Amino acid sequence: MYTETVMDHFMNPRNVGEIDHADGIGEVGNIKCGDIMRIYIKVENEIIDDIKFKTFGCGSAIAASSMATVLIKGLTVEAALKVTNKQVIEALGGLPAVKIHCSVLAEQALKAAIYDYAKKAGKTYAGLEGFDPTDDHDHHDVVDIEF
Amino acid sequence: MRKIYLDYSATTPVKDEVLQEMLPYFTEKFGNPSSIHGFGQDAKKSLEQARATIAATMHTTPETIYFTAGGSESDNWALKGVMHANKAKGNHLITCSIEHHAILHTGAALEKEGYEVTYLEVDEMGLISLEALEAAIRPTTVLVSIMFINNEIGTMQSIAKIAEIAHKHNVLFHTDAVQAYGNIDIDVNRLGIDLMSVSSHKIYGPKGVGALYIKKGIRIENLIEGGAQEKKRRAGTENLPGIMGFAKAAELAYAGLEAHVEKLTTLRERLVKGILETIDYVKYNGHPTQRHPGNVNVCFEFIEGEALLLSLNAKGIAGSSGSACTSGSLDPSHVLLAIGLPHEIAHGSLRLTIGDFTTEEDVDYTIIALKEVVEKLREWSPLYDRVRGGQK
Repeated sequence: MYTETVMDHFMNPRNVGEIDHADGIGEVGNIKCGDIMRIYIKVENEIIDDIKFKTFGCGSAIAASSMATVLIKGLTVEAALKVTNKQVIEALGGLPAVKIHCSVLAEQALKAAIYDYAKKAGKTYAGLEGFDPTDDHDHHDVVDIEF
Repeated sequence: MRKIYLDYSATTPVKDEVLQEMLPYFTEKFGNPSSIHGFGQDAKKSLEQARATIAATMHTTPETIYFTAGGSESDNWALKGVMHANKAKGNHLITCSIEHHAILHTGAALEKEGYEVTYLEVDEMGLISLEALEAAIRPTTVLVSIMFINNEIGTMQSIAKIAEIAHKHNVLFHTDAVQAYGNIDIDVNRLGIDLMSVSSHKIYGPKGVGALYIKKGIRIENLIEGGAQEKKRRAGTENLPGIMGFAKAAELAYAGLEAHVEKLTTLRERLVKGILETIDYVKYNGHPTQRHPGNVNVCFEFIEGEALLLSLNAKGIAGSSGSACTSGSLDPSHVLLAIGLPHEIAHGSLRLTIGDFTTEEDVDYTIIALKEVVEKLREWSPLYDRVRGGQK
């Protein structure tokens, strides 16, 4: 059902936890759907210096959160905004079709964290254009991404 | 690594005595019961012995037992067969919202054919209301089908009273007893059951075999057409090795029923007590006493069931969950929602079902492992810090 990488990132998630005095915090998901993801970022000189997550959700939601933090840590904010759910899926060696939304959630959580940071720091990023963290988009609709 | 199977309501291992009983029927006793020659007649004799054995466990006579390919077929046959055969009486079926999908989806299929189906609600313990049942009966009601014991939360319905109400209004009564058979004494006549579905692989018999009890005189159409097997009511060459195993399993189950129930109930109570005493924010689902002897169904707040199952599996423990991620849909189990659990609580459900090979050590190990796993997942959960007051 899951690849070895997914299981590894589920059983031993990287960067799980919180950041005190984080520069940005983003939370997405819906408790009714059974998955909520919260991402904390610390930004130093436009670089995502530290990133942590907390996730309520299934194995793939936790693994996708973990992998997303691994991919993003050390990137510039602009570069982080270009990381897509597809890259998360690829890095995990694939996700079952019904679990694709978990990777979408990870991408959204990161964007929400950067949005929070940008707002607090008074910055604007091209990659955030059109992004609304309060938009209760149903990420479950995005299940037909080709992989 | 230690391996602990706590999913006996999903399926059971075949007991050794059962397997030994089956083996000759693959090889030297391979005859087709419909054949005239000695091979066939020997097979026929064994088939009828198996039927008599199964009948005896239900306190009925052999001619009321029809072998099928399992519980789902029995459920399909009972509902479709009775509704189709009794069109002159009416087109209304009554069942309930927490039935197995073999009943619910058959009900939906009948609705597509134009039948009317009432799905009775259940209370927070999973019991239907007898008053609501009686109120739902119409002059056109043909059949009431209510499961004996629920497969997820273990709640046992008041079968005799349900049958009494159905009969008072001249309505037939079917019960899906897949989880009950082998776990409780079932006297079909005393309980007033007209049709009953049972399955072999839930009682330490092989998969792919079950039976439908049909009381004498019930009008029912065939589901499987073909040869003259099962008195022309269920075609297809009999799965004799399976049937022999099923009969042996049933015989063993009822010979040792009292000890089985006592053992399972004791272990169940130990497991429930252990979980409730060591872990916070847990809800024990189902009826406290009127339930399957081996069923434990709990919801752990702030965590999700599939993550829980995977983590338990890594510790060698096999359970199941009604979370959306394990149901293959976006909603958690229909049973957990029907007993009134909010989605977020239902997502954290865990079903552990105890069986004949479960030991006290297994239960104790499970309690410790469960506490570790739940704590770990809660540490990762953004919902948990809210209740800890640690919201940052």
